Amino acid sequence: MANQQSSSGNPSVDTEYRRKKNAEEMRYQIVSFTLMIFLTIVSFVAVGYEGFSGWFTVPFIILLAVIQVIFQLYYFMHMSHKGHEAPSLFLYSGVLVGAVTILAFSTIIWW
Amino acid sequence: MSTYAQKKGFGATLWDYLTTVDHKKIAILYLIAGGFFFLLGGLEALFIRIQLAVPNNDFVSAGFYNEILTMHGTTMIFLAAMPLVFAFMNAVMPLQIGARDVAFPFLNSLGFWLFFFGGVFLNLSWFLGGAPDAGWTSYASLSLTSTTHGIDFYALGLQISGMGTLIGGINFLVTIINMRAPGMTYMRMPMFTWATFVTSALILFAFPPLTVGLFLLIFDRMFGSNFFNVANGGNTIIWEHLFWIFGHPEVYILILPAFGIFSEIFAIFSRKRLFGYSSMVFATILIGFLGFMVWAHHMFTTGLGPIANAIFAVATMAIAVPTGIKIFNWLFTMWGGSIKFSTPMLWAVAFIPSFVAGGVTGVMLATAAADYQYHDTYFVVAHFHYVIVGGVVFALFAGAHLYWPKMFGTMLNETLGKITFWLFLIGFHLTFFIQHFLGLMGMPRRIFTFLPGQGLETGNLVSSIGAALMGVAVLVLLVNVVTTTVKNEKVGNDPWGDGRTLEWAIASPPPFYNFKQLPLVRGLDAYWLEKMEGKKGMTPAEPIGDIHMPNNSFIPFVLVLGLFIAAFGTMYHAETSWGLPVLILGMAVTLGAMFVRSIKDDHGFHIHKEDLIDDDKDKGVKA
Amino acid sequence: MQAEERFTYETWPAEPEKATLEAKNKFLGFWFFLGGETVLFATLFATYLALKDKVPSADHALAKDLFEIPLAFAATMLLLTSSLTSVYAMYHMKNFQFKKMQLWLGLTVALGAAFLGLEIYEFNHYVHQFGHTFTSSAFGSAFYTLVGFHGGHVAFGLLWITTLMIRNSKRGLNLYNAPKFYVASLYWHFIDVVWVFIFTVVYLMGMVG
Repeated sequence: MANQQSSSGNPSVDTEYRRKKNAEEMRYQIVSFTLMIFLTIVSFVAVGYEGFSGWFTVPFIILLAVIQVIFQLYYFMHMSHKGHEAPSLFLYSGVLVGAVTILAFSTIIWW
Repeated sequence: MSTYAQKKGFGATLWDYLTTVDHKKIAILYLIAGGFFFLLGGLEALFIRIQLAVPNNDFVSAGFYNEILTMHGTTMIFLAAMPLVFAFMNAVMPLQIGARDVAFPFLNSLGFWLFFFGGVFLNLSWFLGGAPDAGWTSYASLSLTSTTHGIDFYALGLQISGMGTLIGGINFLVTIINMRAPGMTYMRMPMFTWATFVTSALILFAFPPLTVGLFLLIFDRMFGSNFFNVANGGNTIIWEHLFWIFGHPEVYILILPAFGIFSEIFAIFSRKRLFGYSSMVFATILIGFLGFMVWAHHMFTTGLGPIANAIFAVATMAIAVPTGIKIFNWLFTMWGGSIKFSTPMLWAVAFIPSFVAGGVTGVMLATAAADYQYHDTYFVVAHFHYVIVGGVVFALFAGAHLYWPKMFGTMLNETLGKITFWLFLIGFHLTFFIQHFLGLMGMPRRIFTFLPGQGLETGNLVSSIGAALMGVAVLVLLVNVVTTTVKNEKVGNDPWGDGRTLEWAIASPPPFYNFKQLPLVRGLDAYWLEKMEGKKGMTPAEPIGDIHMPNNSFIPFVLVLGLFIAAFGTMYHAETSWGLPVLILGMAVTLGAMFVRSIKDDHGFHIHKEDLIDDDKDKGVKA
Repeated sequence: MQAEERFTYETWPAEPEKATLEAKNKFLGFWFFLGGETVLFATLFATYLALKDKVPSADHALAKDLFEIPLAFAATMLLLTSSLTSVYAMYHMKNFQFKKMQLWLGLTVALGAAFLGLEIYEFNHYVHQFGHTFTSSAFGSAFYTLVGFHGGHVAFGLLWITTLMIRNSKRGLNLYNAPKFYVASLYWHFIDVVWVFIFTVVYLMGMVG
């Protein structure tokens, strides 16, 4: 375990480049945050507006929630970075099991 | 910090085991605790068979029968089979991938203590007003009306031990992904490691539904909620779904490691590479995947409707395909091999027809229309004992004999081992084969007695005689364990002579850091490859260097003790004045332990390479 | 000892959360834990959907009577913003700016506490205005269990992040605590992910009817 890898970062690494890269990434984060707020507002407006029927609103707001969560996962939680293969596999497996459960509970529990 | 060779007193040894984070010692703890609960569950089984040996028997009362029946199932699944499987995973998997420990040694210890205190809590019910009596499935309408605290013990005890299992699952997953030795690619991992991996993934996704289900049961019984209370809008079917969404993957959580152990045994004692390794891996993953899509086949008669029944029936039958792949691969592994019928191999060979019989009745039960006839009869009892005993328990016996030298450094006696095997095999088939027919003749499961003159007498008597034989077999095994331990004849690295994987390349038992130098893995069956090239051991992948090891810790024990105390508070908070304070006290102990763990840095320690070289010279002192 | 090594901005690794084996293990293990949590919350959602509006008699409040847009919207904004502030904290962690990281984490905790306060007010409101309690109906049990589990996660997260901040306030960043901060922020984001579904499925769908 000790003889895995040296922990220190490579001193010759271009710190200026890294600072820039981090700043650029932070800009993406802000863009995705803005989009998330926007999607949230759209959801609330869609529900608050009387003109839509539930058959439109419910699938619509669920879709918006899914999009928002994808932003959250891929930008805020960095799942878009490399080294996230195993986390993705297991997160999506969890989503699959969860989805099957929700599907079953909303279709075959009717008593 | 480094505790080498000195002989330790009893107190020091006890303290060592209470605080250990070494995967090999935790494996031994799992083996002892799981073995103890196995004996307890076996005793309960014997009581069941004594009661049912003759019609109109009054050996136990109807109410007490319900308790031993419930505790037999619950104990065997959660407190015997699971921890015994975990014992072998802990003992063997890190060695098989060439790691020095698991990824989270602290959590490994925490997981064990969670399981142990959960099991103790559950069994304290015997002395505190009565054990749970609603069956191991604890269906909600029945479990809500049970008047004793038995079901509370069930829900709280399983909640605690379930957390331990979940932690163990995550630990194994990370260990296998991050800590494989150089050259150990995924497709060079031994089958048992693959089985551990898939099993751990199943644990990760199957235990949360159980956690939720148990919480709902706890809330309903102890905090006045209405999840299963139909009068207030609740729905009892929710419990059934939650239980089986967990419960069906659970049987694969048990059987996949069993498959893994048998895969190792077939290869070792046929002295041949495992036939169809990649298809074995694929079949394991496929079984794991399909295992989540079939839970409702336990609920065909609840009225899900024909469409749901049809979907779940077909999905269930599909599982026979990957399982069949495995069976044929094992047969082809033996084909043309130079077979040695050691005790583990006997269990493995007997496993194939026994397990296939259970699988075939499984497909029969999966036929939804026919299931209306079989449902809740002894046919079902026969079926699941054929897969769980014929699959899992056989594997645990086989694994115990196979890995005993690796865990303790001594060999179990082969003659006694074979006597155990034959007694148990005959007893097992006597007990359960006849139950298929009892079921088809209409004997319902979970009844405490039956009437004479209905043609059920002979079958039940035969079944009880078989159970006695299994009891004797276990006694022989115990004698074997005791005499072997007393004799204490040490064996070398590879006592079976045909070991194929990394664990056989190091001392038995291994030093606490496992590998002085991490081995270089050059293919599947890494150790076998080196032996075939005439080498005595593995080629090291690194120079001798300092080894980083984790510190022992008493925190896991305290943390779980807090939960154990809190569970009592939860159970009695409604009827006593001390309940709530005890609940708060227990949670405070637990949170306090977490807090201490969080603020106290734990960097572990290093074994210096000079010590390692010394260690080599006086080999044998440090076992 | 490598974990206690002192760093400067120049020697600080690009991915401090994955720089040591212990860190890699922690990172991966925590993601797997989140995979399990996904199933846990999905199961709670499933239970809630099966028991939504299941009440013993007609005089019990239903979802459409209970939920109001302003409260749910305010709670959502608080939690979403706290997710952004914890992203900022991790940004400064990667740039080895400990003080700024602490500042943003402090903001995260403040927003989280405000969210929790709002939730307590909300529960109190339902209990006293509508008689909608944990024990009054299956709907009530399912609602308080789902939202309460989330609230419990928020409370635990607050304790966790606060402990980390206080524990490390004197010594700054190193490779031993950087993964801890990173994992805590992952946890915080996951809480937000769950909330996105709660405000959609429980509150908004509840208002739609």
